[in-house]
Amino acid sequence: MSEILTGSFKVKIGLAQMLKGGVIMDVVTPEQAKIAEDAGAVAVMALERVPADIRAQGGVARMSDPELILKIMDAVTIPVMAKVRIGHFVEAQILEAIGVDFIDESEVLTPADEEHHIDKHQFKVPFVAGARNLGEALRRIAEGAAMIRTKGEAGTGDVVEAVRHARAVMDEIRRLKTMADEELYAYAKNIGAPLELVREVKRLGRLPVVNFAAGGIATPADAALMMQLGMDGIFVGSGIFKSENPAKRAAAIVKAVTHYNDPAILAEVSKGLGEPMRGRQVAALPEEERLAVRGW
Amino acid sequence: MPEVVPNPEALRAYAQQVHSDLTIGVLALQGSYWEHEAMLLRVGVGVREVRLPEDLDGLAGLIIPGGESTTMGKLAVEFGLMEPLRAFAQEHAMWGTCAGAIFMSKDARRQQPLLGVMNIEVERNAFGRQVDSFEIDLDIPALTAVDPDPRPFHAIFIRAPLIEAVHPPAEVLARLPDGRIVAAQQGHLLATAFHPELTDDERFHRYFVHLAQRAPVRAG
Repeated sequence: MSEILTGSFKVKIGLAQMLKGGVIMDVVTPEQAKIAEDAGAVAVMALERVPADIRAQGGVARMSDPELILKIMDAVTIPVMAKVRIGHFVEAQILEAIGVDFIDESEVLTPADEEHHIDKHQFKVPFVAGARNLGEALRRIAEGAAMIRTKGEAGTGDVVEAVRHARAVMDEIRRLKTMADEELYAYAKNIGAPLELVREVKRLGRLPVVNFAAGGIATPADAALMMQLGMDGIFVGSGIFKSENPAKRAAAIVKAVTHYNDPAILAEVSKGLGEPMRGRQVAALPEEERLAVRGW
Repeated sequence: MPEVVPNPEALRAYAQQVHSDLTIGVLALQGSYWEHEAMLLRVGVGVREVRLPEDLDGLAGLIIPGGESTTMGKLAVEFGLMEPLRAFAQEHAMWGTCAGAIFMSKDARRQQPLLGVMNIEVERNAFGRQVDSFEIDLDIPALTAVDPDPRPFHAIFIRAPLIEAVHPPAEVLARLPDGRIVAAQQGHLLATAFHPELTDDERFHRYFVHLAQRAPVRAG
């Protein structure tokens, strides 16, 4: 091929591969985006309200104003991501038109379609999507997601759901690896995933795309925990800019993700970070306030 | 289907196939370091992840992977790697892909930590944003040093930099069809704006191992 090929699945997952071992931070202003970049973030998620505020204020949560996203894109050299509602392919068309680097089809926003997710193959821009288990992850990949993240429970500062979802995916992959080939038909049916992708996961011993942790990560220790559980990188939403010293905490989480297996360095970077976000215990959340159940 | 490389744990099976006493390091601060490790293991050399200065001891060469150059630069400064990496590059082979190439350059047209070991100037995100990331076949004559078949190399550019200027003793290694520079070499130092670690083509990694075996190679 002497022709230039853009928007291929290879270049979509390629960007996700470049983000590995890094931290992606939620920001609501260009100033916060600069702080995140200076702290060593590999990308920022541009939005009007962090999940903790969406949770507190209620109402319908939608794609952010493109003007705000463009200002954040102008403020930093690292990739900029933005969120669209589940199934809202026109919000995705708008974000692609303004040139965001990655779209998050996110349960943190109010779903626009209770049956169908976006057909992500139709876009040149790559998508990341949330998953609680292997079947959900593979359904999103079948729709064209170039990156997966755990859903966790966004805006709580409680890591328990991210751990649950990471463990679920890793455990299902471990079991799949030992299954006989003739068992894969029934297994694919049971988890509601395409057979071809189930076979691919068995062959690779991992998801065929990059898999980050998200939803409730608030400390360097949380971030390193998710890395030790086998995640490829970390999203931190409310955990940074809802804490007492965002710049210091952001830099500490970046270092913790690189040195996730080195307890001496983890101890060092965890010192004197000020108050973390206060947070809300997931176990005490009423069912109707849980975001992770959105998406299908 | 896409192929994302298994994590290093899963790669240990390959490691038994190592048939060389050469060990190449991969800077593992952030980015596509597993992909490089997998390619090196396929080529048949030993591999070590480098996160701290002491990890450089005994290595025959070092790859600085793709990722975010601002993140890598910050972490390299914080963990005292800048001077040890510069000293390493004096005597040993070093190869930067994409962000790694930016990190090795003398000038990236903005304030960020750079090793400055290669006499090249780069422009970050020179092709635009992610929707402009692309694949293309390139002719890279130097690769015939490790494989006589002069077939094109399939190059993957992800939010890639461009090598705007190559000053002696650095030399141009590859250009786009329109003439813009996307790879350079300076003795045992190598910079590519694209990602050989995202392909199945081992020639660039073989070429780097070939340099590592001969380093120090004085340029010019």
